[in-house]
Amino acid sequence: MSSADSLATPTWRGDLDDRVSKYLGRSQRSLKLVRGRETVIYVILIASGLFSLLITGAIIYVLAIETVSFFKSDEVTFANFFGSTTWNPLLGGTKSFGIWALICGTMLVTAIAMSIALPLGLITAIYLSEYAPRRVRNVLKPVLEVLAGVPTVVYGFFALMTITPILQWLHGGFSVYNAASAGIAVGILCLPTVCSLAEDALQAVPRGLREGAYGLGATRFDVSVKVVVPAALSGIISAFLLAIARAVGETMIVALAAGSLAQATFDPRQQVQTMTGFMVQMASGDVSNYGTEYYSMYAVAFTLFIMTLALTMVGNIVRRRFREAYE
Amino acid sequence: MNLREQTKMQSPAEFDSDSKGPLASIQLLSGEPRRKLDARFRGLCVTIAAVSVLVLIGLLGSILLQGVPSLSLTLLTGGPEPDPSEAGIRPAIFGTLWVCSLCALFTLPIGVATAILLEEYQPRNRYGRFIYSVIQLNISNLAGVPSVVYGLLGLTAFVSMFGLFGSRTSQGGGLEIGVRYYDQFFSEGMRSILVPVSDPSQPVNKLVNGMQGFDSRGNQVAINVIPIGTPLPTGDELRYTLYEDGEAGRITKKAWYHFSLPLGRGVLTGALTLMLVILPVIIISSQEALRAVPSSLRDGALGLGSTPWQVVWHVTLPSAMPGILTGAILAMSRAIGETAPILIIAGIVYISRAPQNLMDDFTVMPLQIFNWISRPQEEFHAIAAAGIILLLAILLSFNALAVLIRQKLHKPLS
Amino acid sequence: MSDPTTLANEAAAIEPRPRDGRQTHFTHSREQTSEPTTLAIRVRDLNAWYGDFQALHAISLDIPANRVSALIGPSGCGKSTLLRWFNRMNDTIPSAHARGSVNLGDTDLLSRTTDVVDLRRRIGIVFQRPNPFPKSIFDNVAFGPRLHMKLSRTELQDVVEWALRKAAVWDEVKDRLASPALGLSGGQQQRLCIARAIAVGPEVLLMDEPCSALDPASTLAVEDLIFELRRQYTIVIVTHNMQQAARCSDQTAFFYEGRLIEVGATTTVFTKPKQQQTEDYVSGKFG
Ligand SMILES: Nc1ncnc2c1ncn2[C@@H]1O[C@H](COP(=O)(O)OP(=O)(O)OP(=O)(O)O)[C@@H](O)[C@H]1O
Ligand SMILES: [Mg+2]
Repeated sequence: MSSADSLATPTWRGDLDDRVSKYLGRSQRSLKLVRGRETVIYVILIASGLFSLLITGAIIYVLAIETVSFFKSDEVTFANFFGSTTWNPLLGGTKSFGIWALICGTMLVTAIAMSIALPLGLITAIYLSEYAPRRVRNVLKPVLEVLAGVPTVVYGFFALMTITPILQWLHGGFSVYNAASAGIAVGILCLPTVCSLAEDALQAVPRGLREGAYGLGATRFDVSVKVVVPAALSGIISAFLLAIARAVGETMIVALAAGSLAQATFDPRQQVQTMTGFMVQMASGDVSNYGTEYYSMYAVAFTLFIMTLALTMVGNIVRRRFREAYE
Repeated sequence: MNLREQTKMQSPAEFDSDSKGPLASIQLLSGEPRRKLDARFRGLCVTIAAVSVLVLIGLLGSILLQGVPSLSLTLLTGGPEPDPSEAGIRPAIFGTLWVCSLCALFTLPIGVATAILLEEYQPRNRYGRFIYSVIQLNISNLAGVPSVVYGLLGLTAFVSMFGLFGSRTSQGGGLEIGVRYYDQFFSEGMRSILVPVSDPSQPVNKLVNGMQGFDSRGNQVAINVIPIGTPLPTGDELRYTLYEDGEAGRITKKAWYHFSLPLGRGVLTGALTLMLVILPVIIISSQEALRAVPSSLRDGALGLGSTPWQVVWHVTLPSAMPGILTGAILAMSRAIGETAPILIIAGIVYISRAPQNLMDDFTVMPLQIFNWISRPQEEFHAIAAAGIILLLAILLSFNALAVLIRQKLHKPLS
Repeated sequence: MSDPTTLANEAAAIEPRPRDGRQTHFTHSREQTSEPTTLAIRVRDLNAWYGDFQALHAISLDIPANRVSALIGPSGCGKSTLLRWFNRMNDTIPSAHARGSVNLGDTDLLSRTTDVVDLRRRIGIVFQRPNPFPKSIFDNVAFGPRLHMKLSRTELQDVVEWALRKAAVWDEVKDRLASPALGLSGGQQQRLCIARAIAVGPEVLLMDEPCSALDPASTLAVEDLIFELRRQYTIVIVTHNMQQAARCSDQTAFFYEGRLIEVGATTTVFTKPKQQQTEDYVSGKFG
């Protein structure tokens, strides 16, 4: 023991060291207890994880059994459901359940909405990701967030009270309820979705790719449209698919603005009924809980569910692939 | 600016075409059209961006224009009266309050627990990994299911509960606690006597002389039935004397803890249905918040001998809390605005008072607004606009709260 | 204090949690290599993989107790992998698996039945980048004791002070124990992390490049600390800094591409290495 060492030994040692070594030597917390709690918590977490699977299972089960009771009814045939374009579930004598009328309405509204949301959303995304100075971003981002956060019933009001009168003023042929007005409102609703998902995709493109293109003397337009967009294409496609799914499932806007006459038309000035619109009509009227028309609601919902599920599933898988490619 | 100059410098227009360099004979493409295209595209972008701002202004402007004149105190305090000048949104505000707070109560624990499972507990083997990826895909798909479909699920799974408990009608049925049934007998002069009913499925009792009941003061009395035409007795006896044709009706008295199966179209059903809608949103945002916690913190805690849950509870969860809360608030603002599933399970009914118990009928703000918009009278449209202003104000304050939390609570983590 | 016997008694008193059997692993030598040492960790024929990639090949190595062992070698040679198997931090990487044996006393560190929670309390770890929790300085150090021990408020304060003093940061932080740990400088943060690891009373301290994110002055402080802590803890340190290995370790092991090339007393490895590769590396020809 050199004297240098003992000098280096601070004077606090003796007392505190004694005490602390006593504490540290004392019995520890029971590991068994900790273990037990750990297991209980793990089981709870797994249960809640499985809960989301249960929800999917329940949706499919409920829709399936009620749809089966729908098809069991004498008034319904497969051929009528899948082969007819006349949807007339309420009139006593001439009931007809041709789902194509509703699908047509849904597709018309969705097409109008997407012809607005997809190009505008994508261009806005390109602008935000490649062009916009910080100042503009700081304005545009919150605007889009607010647009995304507005309840759909408000868009419905906007469509009915503002868009429809404007359309009617522009062109006399629009009826009070029409597909165009609902479609435009749904398009506005979907625009932020397209925009933020597409922007995510554009942002995921590595910087090196852009720099390489700029280094070759490309303009900003060349870089964004010819380099970044193709590189992010699958991400953008997934954004489109998810937005289409959203538009197909949109309910309150079409319930308010599109009308309640199911007809297979492609005239945007006419009123149409979508699948979701029909469900709202059923729920807000007083229909008995057991008639064929009640069960038809589930059959329509099942069709809607399968359509949106297919779109979101493909969208999500494409998105996941895209992300993996750049991570 | 820099980039533009760069392109200009490199653009072939700058080359001296007279010089006899080796490239002189090559016809170089001019950069001019490309630059023009770039400028035009930028112009297009700016225009479109401006359009989206204009749309927002138009949306808010048109609503303000139509709604502001109808903003009044009656709107806050009144019920959905048939007379537009007396109509208000108070019961719907309370309905929204009940449904959304219950919904948050159910959704937050389950959602955060699922996010913790997926982010903090690694699957132990191949099967675990497979199940995790199924759950993950399932959650993103659930987020894409139209909310109206959740409404139908709620209708079968909660309102009627697959018919497992029988059907509940005003005559009772199903399993119930916290409810008493009475037959109420009226007679002229606003006198009424309540006779307790033991089996609510039986039809309303016949009036019998000497029947035990409670008078309007709550005293137990034996009913004194007198033939029609007999003069009414005077004094105390009057309180329990009824003519033999006294009208009767079945009424119920429900305690605050009233609960029944199937759940019916009550507040609880609304909250559970909204839970289904919001759950994927909360799971996804909580997952993002947890993912943002640097893994060095987890390693630090693990290295000290923490169990997985201790890591979560003491380190990850506190660090992720601002993010989780922000996500939860945004999800709740979505729940507040959600109309379709509530419409499916509750329908459009006249609700004049705030819910009193979990089974009570209810309406929510957006549903009341929808109701007003779908009426033909112009006056109701104005009230709807006023209601929308109120709804948007609530939602905006929620968003502001989220932003505040994001900024105030957000500490650097490493 | 200068009386040698007092010091020896003290050393016995400081010994963390003398528990049956394990006590013998600790001898409190102060001189570098003069005394015989006991074995702390014994590695035999350890192979480790990440998925199909084999990161360690047949490693056999003895880590002596109460000594500083340095692991050196070029980047990617598996030093961290080895270190992280010592306290099973690799359990957090799903693809990581290992075969062979690693023992701490009688405990098989790789066994499925070994309680990793208890293990990590006995074998503390300090990481490359300081990673204090976003809590106060006090709460950071008290984190481990709170998990593992039932302590009263004053006892906890004692432990925190003790650990901070041992980690040589007490004087710098004693007036701001309640302020956030993230407000400290990098060097202070790293010493705080060392205090945090000490506060649970480990037997072994693993350090994975503890100074690589620090400035020279903080590095010196941490190196002094390592030298000081050697009296009570078995220390294994990974470093890229040859001087550091030479300055503060007793034993050095040189790794190359997942294999242990050479191990021996630090002075031998740095002055008279047996293998050419070692010589090239320590003399800075590659790596
Ligand atoms: N999580 C992981 N998954 C797959 N391979 C890994 C992982 N971690 C490390 N490896 C690989 O294992 C080998 C050894 O890595 P290790 O981190 O042990 O090296 P190291 O000696 O600590 O290097 P450095 O000095 O750079 O820290 C490397 O080839 C590395 O690529
Ligand atoms: Mg390393």
